[in-house]
This record gives sequence, C-alpha cells and structure tokens, in this order.
Amino acid sequence: MHPAVSVIFFTVTSGAGFGMIFLLGLGFPVDASALRVFFVALVGGGLAVAGLLASTFHLGHPERAWRALSQWRSSWLSREGIAAIVTLVVFGIYVLIWMMTGSRQHFLGLLAAIGAATTVFTTSMIYAQLKTVPQWNSRLTPLVYGAFALGSGWLLASAVGTHEAPELWGIALVVLAWGAKWFWWARAGRARLADSGSSPETATGLGFIGKVRLLERPHTGENYLTREMVHRIGRKHAARLRMLALLLGGAAPVVILAIVGLSGAPSLFNLLAAVSMLIGLLAERWLFFAEAEHAVSLYYGHR
Amino acid sequence: MNQTSRASGAADGKTEIRKTTCYMCACRCGINVHMAGGKVRYIEGNRDHPINKGVLCAKGSAGIMQHYSPARLKKPLLRTGERGSGEFKEIEWDEALDLATQWLGEVRRTDPRKLAFFTGRDQSQSMTGWWAQAFGTPNYAAHGGFCSVNMATAGIYTMGGAFWEFGAPDWEKTELFMIFGVAEDHDSNPIKMGLGKLKQRGVKVIGVNPVRTGYNAIADEWLGITPGTDGLLILALVHELMRTGKIDVDYLIRYTNAPWLVIDDPDGAGHGLFARDDEGTPLVAERASGKAVTSATPGIKPALKGRFELPDGRKATPVFELLAEKYLDEQYAPSAVAERTGIAAETIIRIAGEIAEAAFEREVIIEQPWTDMKGERHERMIGRPVAFHAMRGISAHSNGFQTCRALHMLQILVGSIDCPGGFRFKPPYPRPVAGQPRPHGGACADTALAGPHLGYPRGPEDLLLEADGETAERIDKAFSWDAPLSAHGMMHMVISNAHARDPYGIDVLFMYMANMAWNSSMNSSSVMDMLTDKDANGDYVIPKIIYSDAYSSEMVAFADLILPDTTYLERHDCISLLDRPISEPEALCDSIRWPVVEPDRDVRGFQSVLLDLGARLKLPGMVDEDGKPIYTDYADYIVNHQRKPGIGPLSGWRGEDGEKTGRGKPNPDQLKRYIENGGFSQVHVPEEAHYFKHANKAWSDWAIEHGLQDGPVENIFQLYLEPLRKFQLAAEGKIKPVPPEHHRERIKSCFDPLPTWYPPFADDGLSEDAHPLHAITQRPAAMYHSWGSQNAWLRQIHGENALYVPGDVCDSHGLETGDWALVSSQSGEIRVKIARMDAVNGSTLWTWNAIGKRSGAWALDKDAPEATRGFLLNHLIDELLPPKGDGRRWANSDPITGQAAWFDLRVAIRKDPDQSTGKSLPHAGAQKSPVGPAPDTVRFGKEAAE
Amino acid sequence: MTSLPASTGKRLGLVIDLDTCVGCHACAVNCKEWNTSAGASPLSDVDAYGADVSGAWLNRIHTFEVTPEDAPAQIVHFPKSCLHCDDAPCVTVCPTGASYKRPEDGIVLVNEDLCIGCGLCAWSCPYGAREMDPVENVMKKCTLCVDRIYSETLPEEDRIPACVRTCPSSARHFGDFNDPESTVSQLLAERGGIDLMPEMETRPVNKYLPPRPKTRSQPAAAPATVSAPVPKADGFLGWLDAALDKLG
Repeated sequence: MHPAVSVIFFTVTSGAGFGMIFLLGLGFPVDASALRVFFVALVGGGLAVAGLLASTFHLGHPERAWRALSQWRSSWLSREGIAAIVTLVVFGIYVLIWMMTGSRQHFLGLLAAIGAATTVFTTSMIYAQLKTVPQWNSRLTPLVYGAFALGSGWLLASAVGTHEAPELWGIALVVLAWGAKWFWWARAGRARLADSGSSPETATGLGFIGKVRLLERPHTGENYLTREMVHRIGRKHAARLRMLALLLGGAAPVVILAIVGLSGAPSLFNLLAAVSMLIGLLAERWLFFAEAEHAVSLYYGHR
Repeated sequence: MNQTSRASGAADGKTEIRKTTCYMCACRCGINVHMAGGKVRYIEGNRDHPINKGVLCAKGSAGIMQHYSPARLKKPLLRTGERGSGEFKEIEWDEALDLATQWLGEVRRTDPRKLAFFTGRDQSQSMTGWWAQAFGTPNYAAHGGFCSVNMATAGIYTMGGAFWEFGAPDWEKTELFMIFGVAEDHDSNPIKMGLGKLKQRGVKVIGVNPVRTGYNAIADEWLGITPGTDGLLILALVHELMRTGKIDVDYLIRYTNAPWLVIDDPDGAGHGLFARDDEGTPLVAERASGKAVTSATPGIKPALKGRFELPDGRKATPVFELLAEKYLDEQYAPSAVAERTGIAAETIIRIAGEIAEAAFEREVIIEQPWTDMKGERHERMIGRPVAFHAMRGISAHSNGFQTCRALHMLQILVGSIDCPGGFRFKPPYPRPVAGQPRPHGGACADTALAGPHLGYPRGPEDLLLEADGETAERIDKAFSWDAPLSAHGMMHMVISNAHARDPYGIDVLFMYMANMAWNSSMNSSSVMDMLTDKDANGDYVIPKIIYSDAYSSEMVAFADLILPDTTYLERHDCISLLDRPISEPEALCDSIRWPVVEPDRDVRGFQSVLLDLGARLKLPGMVDEDGKPIYTDYADYIVNHQRKPGIGPLSGWRGEDGEKTGRGKPNPDQLKRYIENGGFSQVHVPEEAHYFKHANKAWSDWAIEHGLQDGPVENIFQLYLEPLRKFQLAAEGKIKPVPPEHHRERIKSCFDPLPTWYPPFADDGLSEDAHPLHAITQRPAAMYHSWGSQNAWLRQIHGENALYVPGDVCDSHGLETGDWALVSSQSGEIRVKIARMDAVNGSTLWTWNAIGKRSGAWALDKDAPEATRGFLLNHLIDELLPPKGDGRRWANSDPITGQAAWFDLRVAIRKDPDQSTGKSLPHAGAQKSPVGPAPDTVRFGKEAAE
Repeated sequence: MTSLPASTGKRLGLVIDLDTCVGCHACAVNCKEWNTSAGASPLSDVDAYGADVSGAWLNRIHTFEVTPEDAPAQIVHFPKSCLHCDDAPCVTVCPTGASYKRPEDGIVLVNEDLCIGCGLCAWSCPYGAREMDPVENVMKKCTLCVDRIYSETLPEEDRIPACVRTCPSSARHFGDFNDPESTVSQLLAERGGIDLMPEMETRPVNKYLPPRPKTRSQPAAAPATVSAPVPKADGFLGWLDAALDKLG
C-alpha cells in the first residue's frame, strides 16, 4: 500500500491524542490550575484534532468530509468520524467544566474515555476489516493501535500531568505496546498475500491450467491502482526502518523514562520520551502501509 | 452529475449521428460519429456496415483522441533549419503550392523520372497512381512492397486473389481454421469477428506463429514455428496429404493447371514451359489415348501422370506428376522438416490428418445449382470446409513469395478455394493475371505514362529496364532483375537508391503518409543519415522533399515543404473497387469518408491538393482544353472521374437517376446517396454466384454487368507458375532478355515454378553462433504503426515496449524481466529493456511494432517513454544484406517480389553491463516540434458534461 | 445507504469468455470513450502527452502467461472491470453512502456528488475495479452502462454495455443471472463460470468462462497410409489411378 503521509500522521497523532483523552477521562491526575488543565487538554485534543484534520488531506474532496458521518451502520470510517467528534465534544465539555469548576465530572470523563477508546478502535478497524490486505486483517491490528495510543498517550500525559512515578507505568505500557506489535509483525510475516490463499491463480481463476504469471500489464505506465496499492519497498530498507521504529519508538522512550524515573528529574522530561516514541511510530506506521500487500497486486505481477 | 443521473449526450439518443469510415488502421470499418454542438462526441461501430457490423476496435474507439490530437499540423510549413531539426516557418497555401508547382514543373519539363512519388498507407492509390501516371514519372508506388506484397502477388499469380481485401475464410461453414503469421493485423476486426463465430461453433483454430499472443492465444492449438520456415511446414503438410491421398483430384482437373503438359526438353528454350497449340492454349494428354489435345476440349478426361509425346516430337509431362514428384520427396517429409521448423513430425502428421478429415469427411453441401464456365451444370455446391488465413508473418521473408504460393497451393490441393467452408473470394476478385495490367514505364518529358505503373509481368519481356536490358528504369528498381514481380513497388528502396544515385539521382522526393524517417524504413538511423546527407557542394543529395501528413511525424522534420493534411473525420475519401476494396464474399461494397466536421486549422485534404497541383501543372485529365481545372476538389473527382466510360471511383448509385451499380454515368447526387446509406454501398451477389467464382458463369456475368471485368476472364489456378519458369529460362540464357551474370544463380534456384522453400537469405553465410536468435515484431491490437502514440488513450496502453525473450535464453544469459540488454545484428546494436516469456518459439525474440518514437515527434514531451524507453527493431535491419563473397550487397528482400524481409532478422543478445541509465539506444536526436505544446490534462467530454 | 440489499431483483452482469478474448483492448477503449464523452463526468487523463501519462479507466486488459506442468506455456488475455459483487465490500466501507448496490438490478454505482474521495472502497476491492479520477478526485467505476441499458432513446439493440456492443470477437455477454433463460445464465450452465478470488467472499456477479483445453501434441496412433485400396507398391500414383477411375 502507498504510505500516504497524511494518513500516517493522522493515525499516529490522533492515536496519541485519543490515548491521552482516554487517560484524562479516566482521571489521570493533573494539577488543577485552569491554565494547566487547558494546556493538558490542548495537547490531547489538539493532537486528536490535528490528526483528524490531517486525514482530510487524504481526501479528494475534504469539503465534503461531513458527509462521512452518515453511514455509521455499515462503515468503520463513518463510525470513526462520529466517534471522534462525539468524543471531542464530550471531552471539550468535560475540560470546560473542569477548568471552570476545578472539579472533574467522572461520568463525563468516563464517557470521553469510552469515546476515545472507541475512536481508536474504529480507526484500527478501517484497516483490520480489509480482507484485501491480509497483514492488516487481524484482531491484532486494533490491539496494536490501542496499545500504541495508550502508550504514547501515557507518555504525553505523564509529562504534563501529576501522576506519581508514571515512568514505571510508561515503561510497562511502551513495552506492552511493542510486545503487541511484535506479535503483529510475527503474524504479518506469516500473513503475507502469498499465505492468505490468494494467488495469481485464484485471482484469475486459471490455476486449473497451471502456474499463472503476469506477462503484460494492461498499461505500460503506472495507474491509480499501482500507485495506491502496488507499492513495493526493498527488504533492506524495511529492516532499517523497523530498527529505527524500535529504537526511537521503544528503546529510547524506555531509556529516557528509566533515567527520569531513577534520577527523579521532572516528569516534563517524559515529553522527550513521548516525542521520540511518536517519531518511532511514524516509522512504524509508514511500514504498516508500505509493507502491506494488497490483493490487487496479484493482477500486477505480485506473487 | 453522477453515475445515476446522466442525462445529456449520446445516451439520450439526441445526438446527431454522422456515418463515415474509420481510418485508425487499414481495416476501414463503418463508424457512427455522434455529434453534439458541432463537435465529435462519441464514435461507435456502424451495425449495418459490411466490414464490422457494429463492432469497433480499440483504435477506432480512440478516434476522438486522434481527431483532437495536439500533433495535428496546422498550416503549410517551409523548412528553415537543417533537415531533421524540425525548424520550420508557417507559410500560406498559395506560396506552398506555387513552390511545389515550380519544383515539380521543372522536373516534368526536363526528366519526369526525377520525381519519386510514393504514398504510404494511402487509401486512395487509384487516384494517386492516376496522378503520377499523368505526371509521367515511372516512380510511383504505395507501401505494399514493405508490407505484404508477397501474399498478394503470390495469390494473384496463383488463383487471382489472396487474403484480406481479396477474400476471406467462410467463417460460417468452415470446420477447421488455420492462421499463419498474424498477430492482430489485416484485417483486424473481421478476423476477430470470424474467430468469435468459430468459437461459438466450437470449430478448431490452429495458430502458426512464433509468438502465442492475440489470435494465437485463443487458438486451440499453437504451433510456435521458427521464423522463416512456414513454407517448409506447409510443404510437409502437402507431402502428408499427397502421401495419404487426401487431395481433391476432381477439383484439380476442373479448376487448375494440374493436367497441363510441361515440355520436357532440357536443352530447348521451351523446357519447362507449357505445351501449347497454335492459339496458345495449353495442351493436356487425353487419359485414354495419351494424345496431346487442347485443354479447352469439351469433356476431356486428361491424364495427370505420364510422359507424352507432343505433335512436334518433344516430350511432356502433366504438371501434377511434377508436383507429386517434388512434394513426395523425402526432403518434405515431416520428420525431415521437424527440427528446422520446430514442429514435431507427429504434430505435422496429425494436423495433415485433421485437414484431410475436415475437408473430406465433413464436406459441406449447399443445394444451389450453378453452371461453370465450360457450361456444365452442377446440381449443388460441394465444399471442403478447411480455411486458412495468413499475412505478414509469412510474407515478410526473403522466401515469402514461395511460401505464400505454397499456402495457396495447399488450399487448392484440398479443393477449398471458393467453396462452401473454404476460402471465399470477395468482389471484384478473383482477378487472375489475365485480368491484370502489365507494369508501365517509359518516361518522357512533358508526357503522361502510357499505362498504370504497377502490374503483373508475364515474363522477363515485361520488366522495366533500360535499353541495356540490365539497368532498372524505376528508382526503386521494381520490375527489374532485383525483383521482377514487384507488383506493389519497393518503397523501402527509394531513399537508399536515390541517395546512392543508383540507378540515377532524383530531384524531388514527394511522399504522403509514409513515415520513412522512422518506422516505415528498414534501418531508420541510416535513412535519417541519407535524408540529411550533403554532396560536395553542400547540397542535399536528395535535393527537395515534399511531404504531406496530418500529424507531426518523424518524417515531417526531414522534409523541406509540408502540405498539412486533414484528419479522417474532416475529409472526403473513397474506398474504391479500383483500389483496395472492402467487399464481402456475398456483396460488392465500397464506401466513402466525408467531412463530418470542418477542419479548424489551415489544412487541406491531400487528394484535393494533388488535384490542385495537377491543374497547376496542367496534367492531362486534370485540366480542360482551356487549361481550367476539371475537378474542384477530391469530392468532385470521386463523383465525376471516369476511369473507363461508366466506371468511376464509386460503384454505388451510378447513372443519372442513381439506379445503376458498377457501370453508369456519373451521378451528381452520388455522395449524398452514400451518406444517406451510412457511408457505404452494398450490393448482394446472386446466390448462384456465391461460390466457385473462379469458374462460375453466374458470377462472370454478374461481374461483367457490374463493371468489375470487361468480359469473361479464364481463371485456371496456376499450381505451376509459368512466368517464373520464363525467368529461369532467361537466367539459363535460353530466352531474352538475359539477366546480368550475378543474378542468374539466384533466379535459377529461387524462381521455381512450383512452390518451394529455401532458407531466408539473412541466414546465408551467417554464423549461427554469432547471431543465433530470430527477432520479429508483432502489431499490437491497440496501436496502428506510429499513429497511435499521439493518442492520449492508446499511448497509455503502449507507451513503451519491452523485448520479450524466451525463458531459456533468459536463463542462459542471466537476464530477468526489467533488465537492459544489448541486441545486435550484422548491421547494428540496440539497447532495450527485456521481459521474460515462455509462450514463444525458443529461439525468437519479439517486441511490439513501432512503439518507439523520436524525441520531439508527435507532439510528445521530449522525455516521453516512447522516446526514452521505447525502441524500434528497425535499427537492426538493413535494406541490404552484408557484402557477400563477390563484394556485392544484395537487397534484404524477396528476390521475386522485392518484399522487404523484415522477419529474416537474426540477432544476438547479452546483458548490458551498465544497468543504470534506464534508457534505450540508439537515441536518434531530438526534433523541434512544429506544433504547439500539448495540453497537460485531457478531460474529453468535460465540456459536454457541463 | 451503504448496507447491501439482502437480494436483488435482477442480477445484471457480464460473462467474459477467456477462450475467445484476443486481448485487443477494444472494450476498454470504447468504455473509456463512452464514459468520458457520452454525458457522464469525464474520465480524466493527466500528463496526457508527457513522460508519465495516466488516466482513469473502468476496464483494463491484463495478459497472463499460464504454464501447465506438462505442456507449453499459454497466454490468456484477461479483461477486468467491476464484478458487481453480491457482497460488495466497496459498498459497506463507504462512509458517505456514495457507493451503493441497487436492489432492483444489483448494479454497484457511485454517486459522485457524495463521494469524498477517501479511496477506502478501492482498498476494499480485491479486483482493482475502482479508479480515482485524477482531476475530479472522486471514485469512478463500471456502471454496466446504466445509462445505456435503461435508455429509452437508444435503439433497443444498443441497450447493452458499450464494451459488449463493441467487442469484435463476441467475448463479452451481458444479461440477468437471475434469469435462467438469459444468454449469460446459459453460457454459465454450458461452460462453467469462474469466480475471481472466491476466498474473498465477495460473491462476484460477473463470471469468466475458462479457456477450453488446448490440443496437446501426441504421437499419431498409427502412421496414416494411402487410403484408397491399391497395392502399396504403386504408392501415390497408383492411388491416383484409382481416384481417377472413381471420377470416371
């Protein structure tokens, strides 16, 4: 699949944003000054909104994006849009009340948390539902999206909130998230297109004759389908990026958290861990798309 | 606007439909052009049209993009830069025509031979030929010489017609179909439609082609033959059919020269000629008595074998015995040809059996009485339902003429020519040599030629030679010892001969629709050099070049004066019976093009321009006694020109009231009647004349009545071709003129009066190790020559081409799909991208035809993939073979017809050590585009949608 | 509404005969021509005369090489357009309702006015049947020429998809798969139809007729001999005598 920058940015930032909203909604402690609450809410909500906005750059007609809210009964993308908006509205009210009264409405918070979780889940289901991309088509995909949202959200929240010794939790969540991703990768390695039961033989129905191989593409140049779904990356390139993702997205945050935790440095330094993780996640997400093999590539010479 | 609420346009049936004829290839299908707001909106096939019956191919459907092509020329151009640069200035038509008249007038006044007028994919050859004849130059032809002249000429000499325009398989009734050497071309839609019909009936299709794409992909059996060996395969089938007695003896006696007696007098000048009576009628031996009598004797039962004494005491043998002797020889046994052809002996034996089974066990009978030319009444029509089709694949070899003859002979031996289920002639064919003109030359200043340029020599006496009996009269050396039966001329030799000033230099090269600087020449690179070469004085060796084309082709850049033509939707044309007809076996058809839109540029239809030039030059037939033009334009000519009294370019709606077909006075409303009828005329042949046209009285009468022939024409199929024997006799020094010494051996060996096979000349002296592979092109179904690349839709399908390499060759050379390879022949080397393929003859490389383009041509971006990654095999092919032991360079052509031997090419391949550049070679420089920049985005139909 | 109808009245679609398709691209180009110029929104082409031309097409012809274990490789030309699946994933993923399957005839369409160009339908389709218009940025697809087949002004015989009307070798057939009497149903019954990627569980309506078995070369059972009853020693010319005697 073509790794579109807007979608990569969207899934990473909105994940982190909704992860943070989830935590705040569940009562993640924050020093109760209105300014601080505003600031914290801005980070969470802002990331979520920025992600959503970024995702509209992926659209051919962003001005019609509102139409995407209509098909919640069948479409995960539609559900995601609704969930995101409802969550942001509830979260906004929750924060407003919090800022004005200094007290947190737990019920509203819970609603926002459920909304945030739902949003991340629906985002992941956009990919996980696709039979055409067997590497995505797995229950592990929502797990990974959720785990990364929670992990990156925790790091952000820990940096601006007042949770006591959040680093340990942070390390645990980051490790858990990458653990989930490890399983995902392991499965993806076994769930390539070739493993899925789809092949040029099934794609053409000609397997009963013999082995099927593309001789000639329909057109000599590229087209929408080949650009969008027949993306290929080199193995070396992928391995390097995976290292980068693990280093920046996993190892570095853990080390930073450990140092902060052990040194007793202000938890604001956890922001470094958060940023590092987000950068690592951009690489992880880039690979999520670039390594994904779409069934249509079987018609374009893929085996 | 969305997918459910479409309202406007063709869908509502409110568009105006104008019916004309397609020109996106040579098929000439009928098209419905949907017009809205004065613009072309949609083109579909015309359901009523005899050729395509409603269907339309990819090219035809992309006609809109051709019509709106950014490569269209806009105004006459005069060269300002060096040839090849593409630098021009726009001039007015008056200036252009004055200049052309001045150049041409001087030539005509002094030496008309100094004009070489060649038209490429011209569909108005009867008119352009007539013009050239009036001008008086002997140097005229169209592109047949590098296309499929072998097929056409072999067919005319053998039986009065060949495939495509001459005839077609009986798709409805055949029980076995075999197609040789056809990728998608000639003729494109009718073959596809025919294959569809065969598939519906479950009739077996056998494809013979080194490459298994297109028609060969759907063939039920594929014979991946080695290029240049088709003749061997066919003669092995003949061997098998004869060995097993599966030939139609009755048919041979009735319709062929099988019983004719051939003189056996080794030392005499008549050896190998037919024994004839005093009137010249061939003799046969009466079977019972052995007496030699005229073949015209009613009720004669002739012998097919034996040795008989002629009245003059010489001995003679029937053709059939010579034929049996030749083909029963072990050299044509399947096991003897298997290795060379690449087809297993068992397969050849089995297919011969299948042919025999279909022909003789599944005969088709139509209860239709008919009378033959001898007056014998037949109660029914009995058919041998085996049909064949072949085209350029077997033609474009130096042994192509004999191979095509062999295929025609095979059909005749099983009795399948123009019978139910076999091959069927299309009106006006059959038209044997007896009904064909001889070639004409003899140019004199200010004088028209005595007759048409192109014709069919009956023997060496009809060659066009200077008084020395050796030097060619024509610039292309057609009808010379180089290529005696070159009935379509030899366009591919014109530029190299003119450049070499052999046999003489010319002054003006005048061409139409012939991309000679590119894909229409063998070895494009050297042709470009010849066109730009200068002599010691700094003048171009070919001094003046006039070129007419509708588009900014490669050739435009190499001309001095450009006369911009219209697109096919903006012009008048006639698809004439005098020319290259479009009839169907059961109907006499012709058609027109008419301007369904007016040009929006300062361009003129070439034929109208030619008439204008003719009038300015005061050519006979183009001006009246007062020197005034007779024809205002081509449309006027189409209606009013008469080749013979009552016979004009169009056969339909003749006579003052438009009631006559074929013969009749010009009808001023003729074009109107054509337009009302959908752009074509179709007149059905009576049922009694549907088959056996070569010997059918009803057909002959009907053809005479409709002006297709002036009187009865005897058409005895020539299994043994006497004119070839005459050339052999000349080479043996027994009759005059005698060919020059160096031609004699070749004529003796190749001009066998019975179809034969010899290895392609390119193999002669070739080291198999140095060039072990064959390389050929296939015509893509979605692209016609170079025209398609300017088409925004078609160029998406074929924007570049790969060289397909057999899997085993890939493995032995370490090649993989996408690699760059160097391919070399004896005359050059190219750099190409390769792709692996297994469904191909193991020693044959191939690519799509004419995809590569010169940078800057066709209004394409200079970095267009056509120019950077596309390529032509032409750069590897020379019009001359490498020097032989005698120091002479022979033409890379068939020695009989001069057909360019494109498919004889032998090459070697190796992986390019440098895989980094990503570009094909050679890069033929760039030309400046004389037409404006092309738009970036195309949204055809947007305007209409809004 | 992007939920799928439980069943549709008609099931309109195409049968594509892989035994007859010669890969000429006629259907694809006529489709492009009809759908771009006959009143629909255009199918754009970008860099049309440049180095990287591409455009929106609703039908494309692939060429596959198929190699049996014990016979030479063969070529199959393979036209591919929307299969109008019964379980069309492209419909259910659509967030706006632009993509829908008609209950009356099963045609899958896009309401281009509602399309936001998210591309998710293209991702969900295993067949590559959807194409983003590079200029309009909305999704386009085969409509089965819904503007032809229900036209009241086109001649009756032309109320078929443009690709079917133009196909020179009659490799394409159109009709209602719910009608057992239709050409398409009968072809299916006769030849058996292939579903593309059945494992995707899309239940395509369009079917592909498989290439018929090719002749495989095998040694002739027994060498054929001259068939007429003449002594072998006389060979062909002996046979000729007999043949001539028979003619009288």
